[in-house]
Amino acid sequence: MSHEAALHGHSEVISHDAHHDEHHVHHHKETFISKYVFSMDHKTIAKQFLISGMIWALIGGLMSVLFRLQLGYPDQSFPFLEDILGRWAKGGRISAENYYALVTMHGTVLVFFVLTGGLSGTFANFLIPLQIGARDMASPFLNMLSYWFFFGASIVMISSLFVQTGPFSGGWTAYPPLSALGEASPGSKVGMDLWITAMALFVVSSLLGGLNYISTVLNMRTKGMSMTRLPLTIWALFFTAVLGVLSFPVLLSGFILLLFDRHAGTSFYLSDIFISGVGPMDHEGGSAILFQHLFWFLGHPEVYIILLPAMGMASEILSVNSRKPIFGYMAMVGSLFAIAILAFLVWAHHMFVTGLNPFLGSVFVLLTLLIAVPSAIKVFNWLTTLWRANIRFTPGMLFALGFVSLFISGGLTGIFLGNSTLDITLHDTYFVIAHFHIVMGVSAFFGMFAGIYHWYPKMYGRYLNNTMAYIHFWVTLAGAYLIFWPMHYEGLAGMPRRYMDYSNWESFKQFAELNKFISTVAMIVFAVQILFVFNFFYSIWKGRKVTTQNPWESNTLEWTTPIRPGHGNWPGEIPEVHRWAYDYSKDGRDFIPQNEPIGPDETTPH
Amino acid sequence: MTDSVGSQRKKIHPHKFTLWVALASIIMMFAGLTSAYIVKGSMPGWINISLPKLFYYSTGAILLSSVTIQLAEKAFKERNRPRYRSLMTVTVVLAIAFIVFQLYGFKELYNSGIKMEGSGAGQFLYIIFGLHILHVLGGIVALIVMFLKSYSGKIRSYNPVPVEVMTTYWHFVDFLWIYLFVFFLLKM
Ligand code: HEM
Ligand SMILES: [Cu+2]
Repeated sequence: MSHEAALHGHSEVISHDAHHDEHHVHHHKETFISKYVFSMDHKTIAKQFLISGMIWALIGGLMSVLFRLQLGYPDQSFPFLEDILGRWAKGGRISAENYYALVTMHGTVLVFFVLTGGLSGTFANFLIPLQIGARDMASPFLNMLSYWFFFGASIVMISSLFVQTGPFSGGWTAYPPLSALGEASPGSKVGMDLWITAMALFVVSSLLGGLNYISTVLNMRTKGMSMTRLPLTIWALFFTAVLGVLSFPVLLSGFILLLFDRHAGTSFYLSDIFISGVGPMDHEGGSAILFQHLFWFLGHPEVYIILLPAMGMASEILSVNSRKPIFGYMAMVGSLFAIAILAFLVWAHHMFVTGLNPFLGSVFVLLTLLIAVPSAIKVFNWLTTLWRANIRFTPGMLFALGFVSLFISGGLTGIFLGNSTLDITLHDTYFVIAHFHIVMGVSAFFGMFAGIYHWYPKMYGRYLNNTMAYIHFWVTLAGAYLIFWPMHYEGLAGMPRRYMDYSNWESFKQFAELNKFISTVAMIVFAVQILFVFNFFYSIWKGRKVTTQNPWESNTLEWTTPIRPGHGNWPGEIPEVHRWAYDYSKDGRDFIPQNEPIGPDETTPH
Repeated sequence: MTDSVGSQRKKIHPHKFTLWVALASIIMMFAGLTSAYIVKGSMPGWINISLPKLFYYSTGAILLSSVTIQLAEKAFKERNRPRYRSLMTVTVVLAIAFIVFQLYGFKELYNSGIKMEGSGAGQFLYIIFGLHILHVLGGIVALIVMFLKSYSGKIRSYNPVPVEVMTTYWHFVDFLWIYLFVFFLLKM
């Protein structure tokens, strides 16, 4: 019986799409402007976020190549750089001021514009309506505004690269006094005003997006789609939005006080400052630590805003390509919840060495280490899902596996840092750089790549080229470990972050060759990302066409839409949902889509 | 509300829901600022102030405006247009009175020597109360737009949702002010 049922279920799905393919549903007059530019279709907005994010990633990545050139070859000059970059590389060398500007912009761009705006913007927009069975977001208009605020933020941030005194250069965390005093450095002048303006616009964009994601998930689910039937992607994107809506406003209030310090003469963050060449400042009584509290109250939730979407997508993709239900669905939801709560209670672990009261510090150690519990639950469940599975090594799956590997490696070093006593030596060293690049930077990128490879057929009706995808995966995975693993040793040896030249230190001379090596690998990995971008655009027009409605044989609702869904997603009625998203290998059937009613003699329906 | 859509029955209207989430977000912003006040206030060199009496008047004005907008909503639902119109006008006038009292309060403080230099209670007050004024202003603009809209169309709209959303926001701004005012009173 079961085999027959499988065949039947399958053919039904295919015949369903044959007719509706390429038909657009609400075909009212659409101009180029309303369809591609000021679009209110969540799918188009998702692509806008994705492509903007990719441009940002290339810019931010190129910046890291430039400063890695300096770190790997501090004694050499590269005259060709001056030809390309002009004043950024006078005489073929990156000046100190430009080095710091590059590092600052690299951090800002990757953390906010790529891994927050680009990642959530793309997948929350694309997947929420499609996977919960809605025609669009709760407010398509706010959604469109969210993208255009992001765009505005991007323009302002980019323009700061071209002002005469250069972009902000005081680190992505924007600590005062560098961020508060125009006199403190060239980048602290107009560059910083543009930085704050861009970030304020960015916060507005995130809030508008987040509001929409939350009300869409809670209010617009199709019939039968109870919260406990939601795919884990949606749960993750939902918690991401909650984190953003509650933490970004606090960052904004920090920035408001910063603006007053910069331009209205207040001194919330400033006290007793002497700038060489300028003299003593008359700001009195402020505290830079206050800014750190406000910043990290956002900053820590922010790292989970970056990570949760990747976790959600990895969960989904691992389950689909293992042909097994995700292990411990409720535990996965519960751990997302626990992470979202704890994310608000650990910010001071970034401030162990600021003179924080040691008793308070120990409370934050405890809370920080508690995060290891839900994290470990997730890892356990991913591994158990893979256990004895019939794995399909699609490019999306490979990146999801890479995500799990990187999350484990980077999470373990978090446990070192979470102990305030160990952090006294590790703080502000390359150990921290290694920790957060592996656990957040690269692993979120892997989650994003997994998502792109997996949902590209739904986005463009074509596949990405597999050969290029495999090259992309293996070189990026090996490269990520080769770049960041050795940085742990540098950090353990005490090598501090945020210096542009380590060759004057006797203790770090031993790392000269290692730094060259890291820089070389960084360039190779960057080149492979260009290959990916090429693959992405090439495949939009030239990729192999998708011919079946459900190419990955997946259960979720997005694969019940036509191959190229129009605005409104489903030409007819929205399908009704009868089961959870993870009925794989059940009752002898490979997969049972969510919209298939429970059969009469099915075992334990979910 | 629509309950033909099966699972959509008895659910809160999406616009109202979105408003509640937005309010949570605004609360976080002010929570951030008042927490900053507390942290900063426990550090050495803190300078306190005494609150001008005018802020009591403004409190009266905004509390009263909450009452009038609630009555306006009631009038709207009873389809008593003239009453609705006059109550909404009173609400806007009270809100403007609130802002004027606030600004005079600022002026009194400023004349008593509390300038922008420094980072004590006074500077926090200017910024926190100032941001609150911006939220009231936003409310006034939204209220006027909504008010005009309900008269511009050919058909009169009896949809209560915009009015309810507006009322909720208004009470929220009022509540926010009470929180801020009591916070500053307790901290003096
Ligand atoms: C077991 C879980 C984790 C623990 C215990 C942990 C702990 C820590 C601690 C104590 C620091 C401060 C180090 C210092 O500056 O001295 C830190 C830095 C950081 N962590 Fe984690 N972490 C964990 C997981 C994560 C995750 C999952 C992410 C991101 C998705 C992340 C992102 C970051 C970032 C971005 C920084 C550094 C920011 C900066 O200073 O520029 N961490 N972590
Ligand atoms: Cu943290």
